[in-house]
Amino acid sequence: MDENRLDATFGALADPTRRAIVARLAHGDASVGELCEPFAMTQPAISKHLKVLERAGLISRRRDAQRRPCRLQARPLAEATEWLAEYRRFWEGSFERLDDVLAELGEIAGSSG
Amino acid sequence: MCSPSSVRSQAAVAERNPVSVTAPGDREIVVQRDFNAPRQAVFAAYTQPALLRRWFGPYGFTLSECDIDLRVDGHWRYVVRGDDGSEMIMQGYFREIDPPRLLVTTQVFGDVYVADDASIATAQFDERDGRTTLTITVRYPTAEQRDRMAMSGMADGMGEGYERLDDLLASM
Repeated sequence: MDENRLDATFGALADPTRRAIVARLAHGDASVGELCEPFAMTQPAISKHLKVLERAGLISRRRDAQRRPCRLQARPLAEATEWLAEYRRFWEGSFERLDDVLAELGEIAGSSG
Repeated sequence: MCSPSSVRSQAAVAERNPVSVTAPGDREIVVQRDFNAPRQAVFAAYTQPALLRRWFGPYGFTLSECDIDLRVDGHWRYVVRGDDGSEMIMQGYFREIDPPRLLVTTQVFGDVYVADDASIATAQFDERDGRTTLTITVRYPTAEQRDRMAMSGMADGMGEGYERLDDLLASM
């Protein structure tokens, strides 16, 4: 994945409000007004967050009429999620193998006692 | 009362100890995991290339290069290679070495070491009743870099909503 895009995606997702917006859009398109509802936030404040998400390519906005619904663009998020899962698995996988190495070392020590 | 050797063989088949990943402060990630072994063994596995090659890196990857000059200001370098030919280089220098208790290193990703970009990784090995708690604290040079790395830990903390999102995306 493009490094710059990964950075932009993570930067966009480093904010809890933006993560919640993304989670909401995963259930379907929403207008800016609809997105304001769960937060104690003004429309301009939400719009700032939407701009960050749009620049990161995570959402698209239709330029029609007044409602301008926002839509989640899944691919950059899927790529970032994949990277995150990889990072966590890196540690889990490594430590499981370390368990096995330690168990072997322990058996060797035990049998030479 | 279990004898030490039967405890060890029980440990080999017991359920895996969980990994805890947290992001305290604004630029740290803390990874913690218990091991059913004395810290001398864990420290050795953490610092000897012959042992490191057998566990470091996820399944599907090998630690294809592992060079360690285990002394203060000594250099270390890992190359992790995947089945698909992808490669990740990590390297740095040793700052503090106090076996079997403590290891402090600097760390960068990539082929070029830039001191200003380096993170500081502190590995603490605490032993109790023959079991070791390994605590790795990585301090990133900027809050931004930490936030990116911390996403994996924070993702778990976010709970169900994010996991449902994962599932939804996987199905798209």
